[in-house]
Amino acid sequence: MATATLPSIDEVWHWLAQVPDPEIPVLSLVDLGIVREVAWEDDTLVVTVTPTYSGCPATGIINLDIERELNARGVARVRLERRLSPPWTTDWMSAEGREKLRAYGIAPPVDDTAADGRSRALARRLASGSNLTVACPRCGSAQTEKVSQFGSTACKASYRCLSCLEPFDYFKCI
Amino acid sequence: MASAGIAVDRAALFEFLTRMGDNTLILGHRVSEWCGHAPVLEEDIALANTALDLIGQTQLWLGLAGEVEGKGRNADALAFLRDAAAFRNCLLVERPNGDFGQTLTRQFLFDAWHHVMLTALTRSADPRIAEIAAKAVKEAAYHLERSSDLVIRLGDGTDESHKRMQRALDDIWSYVGELFIADDTDRAMVEAGIAPDPASLRLEWDAIVSEVLREATLKAPTSAYVHKGGRRGVHTEHLGYILADMQFLQRAYPGATW
Repeated sequence: MATATLPSIDEVWHWLAQVPDPEIPVLSLVDLGIVREVAWEDDTLVVTVTPTYSGCPATGIINLDIERELNARGVARVRLERRLSPPWTTDWMSAEGREKLRAYGIAPPVDDTAADGRSRALARRLASGSNLTVACPRCGSAQTEKVSQFGSTACKASYRCLSCLEPFDYFKCI
Repeated sequence: MASAGIAVDRAALFEFLTRMGDNTLILGHRVSEWCGHAPVLEEDIALANTALDLIGQTQLWLGLAGEVEGKGRNADALAFLRDAAAFRNCLLVERPNGDFGQTLTRQFLFDAWHHVMLTALTRSADPRIAEIAAKAVKEAAYHLERSSDLVIRLGDGTDESHKRMQRALDDIWSYVGELFIADDTDRAMVEAGIAPDPASLRLEWDAIVSEVLREATLKAPTSAYVHKGGRRGVHTEHLGYILADMQFLQRAYPGATW
């Protein structure tokens, strides 16, 4: 075993691109942009992961899934590291991931619309209503309305399409 | 690590970190009490998600506090095995939930402070604190947006909702001032460049709050009386009940996991 060659880093990324997110299995962990780094430290594979939301209950499962996948691929020694900085943003979600979300019925994040808490921006939003247009992932209509700022998981908000009348989840921008 | 070069008393830093972590822990627990009881399903989910964010931030703050303390206590040990007098949360977050309007008013006043505080902490001289703040401030911005929106809708809503929101504001106002009063711990943090002077956050907090209240047709109370003590471990009777509920499992079955 000591003489066996270690899998290349590219190969490891390819494997991780096949590990589904436990909450939104249509996305892989790589699509989500939460795998920040993969590197060998001698014969230990160090995988650095950043959490989406601080309290995301899937974090523990994600680490377990990564470890299980790599063990199954023959990597005996895996170490997971958490990296907080820079904090995860939906900007890191791959274009492919966004398409997968839409096809799955979840509207992908609209970039540059994250809440920033600045009072002037807040006032503008309050005065003119939200200027965020989220297209319905089913019929494509821009005539949609927000039902709630939170949805079935911390990363989503609830919307309703006013054209096809279907409710849907929006993967909010953060 | 660069932070090793920052000259700051370890006990004071631990104190500061437990204040941050206990605020989010106790408010997170309070908000989670709504789970299954909120007025509509969407709000139930929103409250549970808000609580989840706050508990997640708690793990980061108390995890770091345990590390700084260096006595082998992790976030769970600090959350579940300290008694009331060791908690450093402000009194505001232990106020009972009351009705939905009271819960929201408490949330809004806290969110406004939290956002301003976390924004300042992203510039902390301690990189471990700056990175937790950079993570948490995004969540706090979202919470603030949601609570501002609802305070406006209910304040500028029906006669009944307006009346209840004004009453909620009048009742809780005297618990806010504590957040802006500096003590020795705060002065040590300011000196080390770790955290801002609490008093310096007031102006921006006032700007956010007065803007939202004006929009909500609500009047900020004029009373200057301030209840204080939470940040140094002197709590209202409510904290004991929260801990009895929150800590029961680890007290009755030490070390239990699932």
